[in-house]
Amino acid sequence: MTTLKCHKGIGPKVTGEALVADDNFSARYDLDRLKGIFSRPQHKLAGQSYKGKILVLNTSKGGVASAWMLYEMKSRGIAPKAILFNNANTILAQGAALADMTMCDRFEDGDVTTFIQSGQTVEVDPDAGTVTIIG
Amino acid sequence: MKLTDEEQAMLAGDLGEPKRWAIDHQIKVGGMFDATDLVPVSQAHMMADPESVGDAGVSFMENLADKGAQVAIPMITDPRGVDLNYYRPLGQTEEMADIDRRTIAACERMGILMTNTCVNYQTIMPPVLGDHVAYGDTGVVIYSNSICGARSNFEGGPSALAAGLTGRTPRYGLHLDVNRRATRRFVLQDQPKELTDWGVLGAVAGKMAGSYWEVPVIEGLESVPTSDEAKHLGAAMASYGSTPLFHLAGITPEAQSLADVGGDKLVAEDITKADLDALRSNFGRKGDKIDVVVFAAPQLSIVEMQQVAGLVDGKSFKTPILVCTSPQVYADATRMKIVERIEATGAKVLEGTCYYNQYAREIGEANGWTRLLSNSAKIVNILGGYGYEPALASMKDCVASAVVGEIV
Repeated sequence: MTTLKCHKGIGPKVTGEALVADDNFSARYDLDRLKGIFSRPQHKLAGQSYKGKILVLNTSKGGVASAWMLYEMKSRGIAPKAILFNNANTILAQGAALADMTMCDRFEDGDVTTFIQSGQTVEVDPDAGTVTIIG
Repeated sequence: MKLTDEEQAMLAGDLGEPKRWAIDHQIKVGGMFDATDLVPVSQAHMMADPESVGDAGVSFMENLADKGAQVAIPMITDPRGVDLNYYRPLGQTEEMADIDRRTIAACERMGILMTNTCVNYQTIMPPVLGDHVAYGDTGVVIYSNSICGARSNFEGGPSALAAGLTGRTPRYGLHLDVNRRATRRFVLQDQPKELTDWGVLGAVAGKMAGSYWEVPVIEGLESVPTSDEAKHLGAAMASYGSTPLFHLAGITPEAQSLADVGGDKLVAEDITKADLDALRSNFGRKGDKIDVVVFAAPQLSIVEMQQVAGLVDGKSFKTPILVCTSPQVYADATRMKIVERIEATGAKVLEGTCYYNQYAREIGEANGWTRLLSNSAKIVNILGGYGYEPALASMKDCVASAVVGEIV
């Protein structure tokens, strides 16, 4: 097991399957939020379902509107379980706080998208600021 | 996080469930950004357009209102998603209008002023130098920070609402002096002449800066921008770069000299005519057909409304024209017969909306509009993500293009 150290995050401790890409995240422009898939053709996860996954991405983009969207997605049960970023922006962090969705960023050892592979099981502990790769 | 006695009481629920939710939300967000305490704010401004809020978000606000939520400070709103006097002709549905009606009702119960504007810094109560505020809408935040010298982060709807309820916000980011120093120094080599040029400059500077945590200082401007010009400069910069603050050396209040913001210690990078032309080249060519012309993003000031009226007077159009403005400006423009002059040509003025956050994707699909022409560098950036092929031209050329149905 490998444990990665990150900044203190938001939301509950969760365990789940990782979905990883060296790409960014906009709830407004990258997703089909009804189907629960990445829909923007240029996105590296295009066509893949994010439902119940622990997303591992580079950074979050987009305007202020995104702050409502994680909550809206979670209310319909079609949402990621957690999102890990190299750098979250303020809006997505605010959105995670409203949705009570787990979010962490700023990993001490470097680019988190290179440490975790899609399909691996990871445990995210936002209060401790740790992400453990279980297998 | 260090809390005052009153804040401890809020967190304990002694001042009601809405305030408990609000301060708990702020402590979570503040924790992620290492805020050590909360800072009192004088105003809050919330984006709650129905497209992003959805049924879940409205129910959340209704629940807070049911529990007696009341804002503690003046709180205002960003544009709505539906002009309730004109939505069916645009192909908007009753369901969209209902979410908006419910949002308005819930906000009014909480004491929120339904200003429905992204130009509150021109029309409502502009913040002043050193004024801590909690504003939503990236264009509002960047203008208020940069031109007014106020202090705000980008506050998403829920965080702006939390700030309205507690009268505070976590002290991180742009509330701290250390994050307001310049980190990039741009030297302008080509002077902007009209509104769209200012937007293009903002777009280029935003792209070069490229992050919430970068602060550009721009040198080389030969004139002081008007409020409308600064509005287009900032809105585009925030849209392309997630940039919340810029300085104009010798012009904006925190940068009376380059050295005031530490710009003298940074490497100078030129912004050339070629850089500006390259940005423009992404958005349409002479002779391209157009489906719709939109003046919005940000909403038009009374001065821009008068300019549009002057350009459309006496003309008729092959291409529909939509103009978005705030309810306050709309009322003034109606009284001054500006709305009448614009609409006499077949163009339409929308009240309290802004095109890109009023279900632009669905409006486009309902009307078969993809080739959208605007003078806003911000809107052409955003709508690329919504299935449009947006094009950019000056206000004058947008109107002339609508006459013939293609870009002049």
